[in-house]
Amino acid sequence: MDIFKQRKYFIQIIIILISIIYIIRLFALQVVDTSYKISASNNVLRHITQYPARGLVYDRNEELLVYNQAAYDLMIVPRQLEAFDTTDFCNIINISKQQLIKEINKAKKYSYFKPSLFLKQMSSVTYAKLQEKLYKYKGFFVQTRTLRKYTQKIAAHALGYVGEVDEEITKKKPYYKLGDYMGISGIEKSYEKELRGKKGVQIYLVDVHNRIKGNYKKGKYDTNAVAGANITTTLDANLQEYGEKLMQNKKGSIVAIEPSTGEILTMVTSPSYNPALLVGRIRTKNYLNLLKDTLKPLFNRAVMAKYPPGSTFKIITALVGLQEKVLYKNTLYSCHGGYHYGRQIVGCHNHPSPLDLTHAIQYSCNAYFCNVYRSIIDNPEFTSADEGFKVWRDYVTSFGLGNKLGTDFANELSGNIPTTKYYDKYYGHGHWSSLTTLSLSIGQGELGITPLQLANMTSTVANRGFYYTPHLIKKISSKKNIDEKFLVQRYTKIDSSYFPIVIDGMEKVINGEAGSTARIAKIKDIIVCGKTGTAQNPHGDNHSIFIAFAPKDNPKIAIAVFIENGGYGARWAAPTASLMIEKYLKKNISRKWLENYILNCDLINEQTQDKHME
Amino acid sequence: MNKRKTNIWNNIDWITVLLYITLIIFGWLSIYSAVYNDGHQSIFDITQRYGKQLLWISASFILILIVFLIDVKFYSLFAYFIYIATILLLISVLFLGKEVHGARSWFEIGNFRVQPSEFAKVATSIVLAKYMSSYNQKFKKFKNLFTLAIIILTPVVLIFLQNDTGSALVYFAFILVLYREGLSINYIFIGILIAVLFIVSLLVDKLIILFSIEIIAIIIFAFRNKKIKNIIITLITISSATFVVWGINKIFSFNLSFYIVNLIGLTLSTIILSIFAYWNKMNYIFIILGILYSSILFTNSVGYFFNNILEPHQQTRINILLGIKKDPLGTGYNVNQSKIAIGSGGFSGKGFLQGTQTKFNFVPEQSTDFIFCTIGEESGFIGTSIVILLFVSLLMRIIYLAERQRSKFSRIYGYCVASIIFFHFVINIGMTIGITPVIGIPLPFFSYGGSSLWAFTILLFIFIRLDASRLDLFA
Repeated sequence: MDIFKQRKYFIQIIIILISIIYIIRLFALQVVDTSYKISASNNVLRHITQYPARGLVYDRNEELLVYNQAAYDLMIVPRQLEAFDTTDFCNIINISKQQLIKEINKAKKYSYFKPSLFLKQMSSVTYAKLQEKLYKYKGFFVQTRTLRKYTQKIAAHALGYVGEVDEEITKKKPYYKLGDYMGISGIEKSYEKELRGKKGVQIYLVDVHNRIKGNYKKGKYDTNAVAGANITTTLDANLQEYGEKLMQNKKGSIVAIEPSTGEILTMVTSPSYNPALLVGRIRTKNYLNLLKDTLKPLFNRAVMAKYPPGSTFKIITALVGLQEKVLYKNTLYSCHGGYHYGRQIVGCHNHPSPLDLTHAIQYSCNAYFCNVYRSIIDNPEFTSADEGFKVWRDYVTSFGLGNKLGTDFANELSGNIPTTKYYDKYYGHGHWSSLTTLSLSIGQGELGITPLQLANMTSTVANRGFYYTPHLIKKISSKKNIDEKFLVQRYTKIDSSYFPIVIDGMEKVINGEAGSTARIAKIKDIIVCGKTGTAQNPHGDNHSIFIAFAPKDNPKIAIAVFIENGGYGARWAAPTASLMIEKYLKKNISRKWLENYILNCDLINEQTQDKHME
Repeated sequence: MNKRKTNIWNNIDWITVLLYITLIIFGWLSIYSAVYNDGHQSIFDITQRYGKQLLWISASFILILIVFLIDVKFYSLFAYFIYIATILLLISVLFLGKEVHGARSWFEIGNFRVQPSEFAKVATSIVLAKYMSSYNQKFKKFKNLFTLAIIILTPVVLIFLQNDTGSALVYFAFILVLYREGLSINYIFIGILIAVLFIVSLLVDKLIILFSIEIIAIIIFAFRNKKIKNIIITLITISSATFVVWGINKIFSFNLSFYIVNLIGLTLSTIILSIFAYWNKMNYIFIILGILYSSILFTNSVGYFFNNILEPHQQTRINILLGIKKDPLGTGYNVNQSKIAIGSGGFSGKGFLQGTQTKFNFVPEQSTDFIFCTIGEESGFIGTSIVILLFVSLLMRIIYLAERQRSKFSRIYGYCVASIIFFHFVINIGMTIGITPVIGIPLPFFSYGGSSLWAFTILLFIFIRLDASRLDLFA
């Protein structure tokens, strides 16, 4: 028979036991404990979220860049509404009666019981007027919020902006509720967690007249808001402002890095916009306008635009050659107006011939670096061009090119260093050689490098072989250290003993005899090392590029300048870089004529005029 | 034929039916009150939840009729077919389902949503009854136990994958059924041990756990041995071995953590004590040691499993469930609000439709998972006690009916019904009064929702139907 029949008693006992426990618990909760009843008779609880002030942002010299300003949101709880003087109400907050009805219906649709936003960001004047009469408008209350405010009109892209979260985000990250703000781009996004702080909630008892009667249960269930951490960026506000001034009426970018730390001193993208445009109620409208602008001011060229690096890349070609021991300091190559192969030619300009390595950099000889590149790829040690190319690419990417650098800047792009796969696909495996890819030697062809990457490459050369991942963060008030990944020296695959040879060449580029490519960039008392570049542009005028660092020993700044459609590197980019270095190292500019030359340069409107004339 | 039919109607257990109807009516009134606002007053307004629920209730009566018309042998004959079809539905909802509140457990057909996991409870109950009654089922056979585990755990895994942790946990209620049918207490003990260790190893420092397990093992040993001398020897061996290891670690600066030091000390002393035990033929010591070491191993693997295998959102859910992470605006907030609402009801409540807490600013799940609050606030202690008594009566009645079955199939099925309703009852009411963790499962017959109501109706009425034909069934 059923030998387990008696087990039913145990099950029945469990059921009865638990039910008794529950009934006792309910008795305690409902009958014995009276604290719940005090609030329940006529009063209603109101939960007021305490929004913490967002952290402030400073430049590297502790100059304030971003702070907060109070704004007042008018909230509504439809269930608590009672008839009120709508005309008076509409007058105070300056809306029409139709709007009032529309907003109330919207709120009702969302929820009868939960507060929803009625009117965003009232001014303090409106708020003061409303505050006096708020007791008449049951169901309405005011919540204080903060908006971003900027001390200067600079560094819009680096600082980024703050916007309201959408439904998508509230689903993914439950911390955020509809109507909350969060960093959408730039530092505001990268350091959102630190800047935002932590919301708190206070529960108040509210009487029938909509007046706050005190804290619920003496604040037992309240949590305090924790203010956001302040952030010190690596940006130098003066230099940033100067850079943006120099770049007026030009498209392009300037990135300057402190080589000994990897700190980004300046990140200019031009054209830019006034960061104050993307704050508060006007944000959406202004954003759409900026989006429509044909000059693309929202496009962050410094980290997103990729250009061929032009002759600045010869530095890399030289270093790879030296490391692979197919090039020595004294290796001579002659140049007869360019590098000839078959019926084709990579042209070059007029300069003395033959040249050794430092002079080849000084005069930026194309033929010289074509020779170097071929001896790297066609090194008899390798069985094929394929193998040689892989070795070459390994060196190049060790400079942080072709991959995202891993900065604290959310939307940086990786640029492009072509792979053997790319050429295999394009020409077929075994059907391409050092000649097919020859233009890479002088920084043209399929190479795509962002201004940030090029500045970092310059910084690497300045450090004689290593770099710190470039970053915008210098200090977070709530933390001891910044992310450790920014404190690691990252070495390239080139031995540091080869760098001085190349640097000597870069010194001559600026300080050499007549005929050197960038003598215009020379600064009195400071040895600047640099290299010009001109990126071929199939869509219009070539881009003017210049990289430089200074002083030669113990460098304080490494810089890369891109000026779109600016022609030769020496024409616009070199003087711009030179002025930036002088500004940073000497604080004032001695060469006013050069400054005016750059300030008066207008490549945007001139071009459009040209087009009209065509 | 005709004779048999009249038989059924006469044999229906009208007490159970009456309890069912009372619960349904009480439930609907609560939903009406929870959703009620001045704007909508017609009870048939199907834009409102109470209107819809009225529709689901009417449909339930049609379902009951259908259940009564189906031949009673059908469930036993088609048990596996029903089960496999349900499993297929659970799989397909993973791919074709619609996500609601983060759980992908709904099929959407037009405006209409069905949650197959609700009906899976019925199917699993039928197949459990079928399997456990089909031949001379013995819990001692490993193969049988394994099959039972597969039957119960397949829907659990699938529902867990849908992200509906609450509905998945319901299946553990079947332990009561297994227990009633003869599952050894040891298995239940091991099950409880695993559950406790899992929770404890997430909550408490592992050093403390190690010490506690050691102490418990020594206490068990003391109960078995009862010789003060042996216990003192054991304690001295463990502490001196640990001290020696600690000293060596200090002198040679191996930098081992205190935990490792203790573990090595324990292992060394275990070896010594094992030899001692072997000499004295105290074999039970090895069982104690076996449990001791598997517990230590288990607590250490929990951390790895939790951190490396579970997805972050699953970690958060468990963290909040165990109260490791507080989320004042999330679950904790809901429970607090729920207690305020129930507490404010007092002895006799504020009266029908007079609740304020449950209307003005309460949790989003007012008419579903937290429906008990409305009862608490508006009907007070009287109302909540009545609801609990109604559920207890129902459960006791089901157990009484189950025990009077001649067919093993019907009895097991009856216990399945009781276990599922019991689990929902304990967890749902428990969470509203802050006793059990917040697991989102509905209160049977009360919570708003067609799937849940229909599933519970079918579940219960199949049993009533089986009971009505109890004289025809023998197996």
